[in-house]
Amino acid sequence: MATWKKLIVPLAVLPVLVLLAYGFKTDPRQIPSPLVARPAPPFAMSIFDGGRTSLEQLRGRPVVLNFWASWCFPACYEEAPALEAAWQAYRDRGVMVLGVDIQDRETEAKAFIERFKLSFPNGPDPQGKLSIDYGVYGVPETFFIGKDGTIHYKHVGALSEKVLRAKIEEML
Amino acid sequence: MRRVIAPLLILCVVWQWSPSPAIAMTIEEQTHGLAAELRCPVCQNLSVDDSPSEMANQMREVVREKLKDGESPEQIRAYFVSRYGEWILLAPKRQGFNWVAWLLPFGAILGGLGVIGLVVRRAIVRGRAPREEELHPLDPRYAGRLEAELKEWGR
Repeated sequence: MATWKKLIVPLAVLPVLVLLAYGFKTDPRQIPSPLVARPAPPFAMSIFDGGRTSLEQLRGRPVVLNFWASWCFPACYEEAPALEAAWQAYRDRGVMVLGVDIQDRETEAKAFIERFKLSFPNGPDPQGKLSIDYGVYGVPETFFIGKDGTIHYKHVGALSEKVLRAKIEEML
Repeated sequence: MRRVIAPLLILCVVWQWSPSPAIAMTIEEQTHGLAAELRCPVCQNLSVDDSPSEMANQMREVVREKLKDGESPEQIRAYFVSRYGEWILLAPKRQGFNWVAWLLPFGAILGGLGVIGLVVRRAIVRGRAPREEELHPLDPRYAGRLEAELKEWGR
């Protein structure tokens, strides 16, 4: 009986400690996507400047699919110049940078594009179908889709030029 | 016998909670039901049904459209899991390691009841036991002396 009493406290505390240790080991900012390494969901979208594009049309080209919003400050504001720089650097090598504006108003979205002089195609996702199809939690989130149409990498949060270049290079 | 009945009872309760077939429910009722099972990605512990956020609104619309297109609730659940992972489900699927999450509360309740039972049983046994004065009655010599001293002190 005495041994049982001595053991009961460690036995009760140990699982809690194991659970806490596991919790400390994981990164709360990391949001794993079940879509990584799987075929990218097909989509077709309109572009603010007119015209339409689709994943089918971009087959065979690496695609950087960026979800953003004009109200997403500061993260979307921080990464916009990096995205434009990557587009300028890699467009001749077949890379496509595509912006999807979600949960936003068109006027504000166009002002954002104008502010950062974004020259890569950007379009709205008025019903949110595209963002839900990609399992988007918030903005900004970026999907790197390889030439074969599978999702190579998903980035949550503002993209730096360094990460952008590294991930694009991996897809080329 | 009790060892067999307790797990069976737990299984029955868990089984009873499994979603019933959504036959004869309107699209709107099914949408509410399914949205209540999904976690709103941009909210703190709110279901898609309860959240007023735009994303939750869009997700409800996706559920509604899929139901109208003839997809079953199971197919719609599987669609959201394929996009967001199992995290999107407010209640984990009853399979594999997830059973721990389903059964642990019942285990804890049973354990707690066991501890309460032990404490009560011990208290009852203690209550039935003869009292100290019954086991060792006071020596009559000291009893007389104590009586006399108390009387003296009381004056």
